[in-house]
Amino acid sequence: MFNAEFILQTVISALLMGSIYALVAVGLCLIWGLMEIVNFAHGEMLMLGMFSAFWMYTLYHIDPIISLPLCMAILFLIGVATYFIVIKKILQAPFLAQILATFGLGIFLRYLAQFMWSPDFRMIQNPALAGRLRFGEIFIGIPELTASVISVISFVLLYLFITKTETGYALLATSEDRDAACLMGINSDKMYALGWGIGAACLGIAGALISNFYYVFPEVGFPFALVAYVAVALGGFGSIPGSFIAAIIIGLVEGVGGLIAPAFKYTFVFIIYLLVVFIRPQGLWGRY
Amino acid sequence: MGRNKEREIWLAIGGIFLLIYPFIFTLPFPQHIMIMIFLYASMGLAWNMIGGYAGQIALGNAVFFGIGAYTSSLMLMKLGVSPWVGMLVGGIISVIISFGIGYPCFKLAGHYFAIATIAIGEIAQHWFLNWDWAGSAVGLKLPILPESFIYFEFHKSKLPYYYIAFGIFLLTISCTYWMDRSKLGCYFRAIKGDQEAARSLGIDVARYKFYALAMSAFFTSICGSFYAQYVLFIDPDSVFPLMLSIIVCLIATLGGVGTVWGPVIGAFFLIPVSEFTRIYFGGGGKGTDLIIYGFLIVLISIYQPFGVIGLSKLFKKRETA
Repeated sequence: MFNAEFILQTVISALLMGSIYALVAVGLCLIWGLMEIVNFAHGEMLMLGMFSAFWMYTLYHIDPIISLPLCMAILFLIGVATYFIVIKKILQAPFLAQILATFGLGIFLRYLAQFMWSPDFRMIQNPALAGRLRFGEIFIGIPELTASVISVISFVLLYLFITKTETGYALLATSEDRDAACLMGINSDKMYALGWGIGAACLGIAGALISNFYYVFPEVGFPFALVAYVAVALGGFGSIPGSFIAAIIIGLVEGVGGLIAPAFKYTFVFIIYLLVVFIRPQGLWGRY
Repeated sequence: MGRNKEREIWLAIGGIFLLIYPFIFTLPFPQHIMIMIFLYASMGLAWNMIGGYAGQIALGNAVFFGIGAYTSSLMLMKLGVSPWVGMLVGGIISVIISFGIGYPCFKLAGHYFAIATIAIGEIAQHWFLNWDWAGSAVGLKLPILPESFIYFEFHKSKLPYYYIAFGIFLLTISCTYWMDRSKLGCYFRAIKGDQEAARSLGIDVARYKFYALAMSAFFTSICGSFYAQYVLFIDPDSVFPLMLSIIVCLIATLGGVGTVWGPVIGAFFLIPVSEFTRIYFGGGGKGTDLIIYGFLIVLISIYQPFGVIGLSKLFKKRETA
């Protein structure tokens, strides 16, 4: 059973999953880097992304791969709205109030989804992306492969946007020192809203991609969000490349761990996190 | 002096009211609500020791709750030992485990610590979900034994449960009160205020964090054992959820973090809200109660980030100004 092909197969699947985790984690990381708030409603926003793809397919027969920009736009708006309705009011609040506000928002969104769409598990029937590629003894699912490729492309585009454009510089400046950025004429309010918009838009992309090969239901976001928190902390809060690499590591640990003991695959992930922060309390690439 | 006397009178009135409460409200539902308030207030107070006083935002207290629930239940089912003994053993096991958790985690700051405690909570839940000897995902259905104090089972009325819960609550609040006045409380507050400064004043920061977590673990575990005996059914999803860890933190925050009465106020507000929304909107599996619940949490965090006690302090300041 444990021959070379089997292990290679596991590693490739794990890498594909890891790159999707990376897209989920990068939104969280961006928001934290900007204003040091952990978005505990992240999983629920991903769930909304998946549901937007699902409903566009079910109601208007738009395949997730085509509705992807639309899902992204919807989530961008949700992110911006979240900032103005909730987050803006807790910017100066104590750490605990911030945790609870986003956590409460998560509960609200999850059960709102359950109220409107019932807790059923749904699946997109016959999406355009289906089937698998065969390389010798190794099979790669086409939806997973596409998801992973688009995730990596989105990640690179986002990274270029932040490090190479004027707006990106402004985002970086705001995350570096809000007051100094304000003095330079950067509207920090706009930057925060943009940060939340982009952070949520990543989830729109991820949601549309995941909905191709995964069930859609109101509680779907929780394991993804949990992995994202661990990825962001493992990579070091605020480090975008750090969270990318950490997400890949987590995908690998989960995949290989699932090979050894399927029931404990998340346990392995959490143990790796604890081991790493025990040695490096600031995470792998943390600022402090 | 006058203020203290007034306070003592109010405390006495409150205590007497809680003592005779089950004779005024004889129906099971109001008694159940009060039992839940005592249980959650005790857990909020326990969380307050590590999260409020010592300022370490732990989001994994469900671990201790679950250990308390499982220890007393397993000891009763497998060894036939009285749950009272199990409660104590669960508390001791939780304290030992709290040392194991504290050792790697106390080095971590802020969010890293919070996420690490979440991770430990999830590990515990997965562990129990897959542990066949302890019932795995099916959970444990406690045997129905003849009604007796030793077996910790009462079927005819909720009255004994009420007074036991009240007792646990009194124990936790007395301990908090004592801690608040003692040197220990000062050390905890110093660590919360500035860890480095506390260390430079000769406070053994690591040791006092261990004390805070151990106390928190012990009381949370007792609540877990009580819960198991009260509901007579436990499974990993009901005693180890992340939601529980966050709710105890919410209760303390709602009332006022790092104060003796904060978690009590929080529980007296939040538990009736959650129980009543569950009764009025909870039917049909639509989760309407949780929509309202989530909405309220957001609203409170936005408009009352310092808790109800913060509100009263604001008024006091205005009076004196």
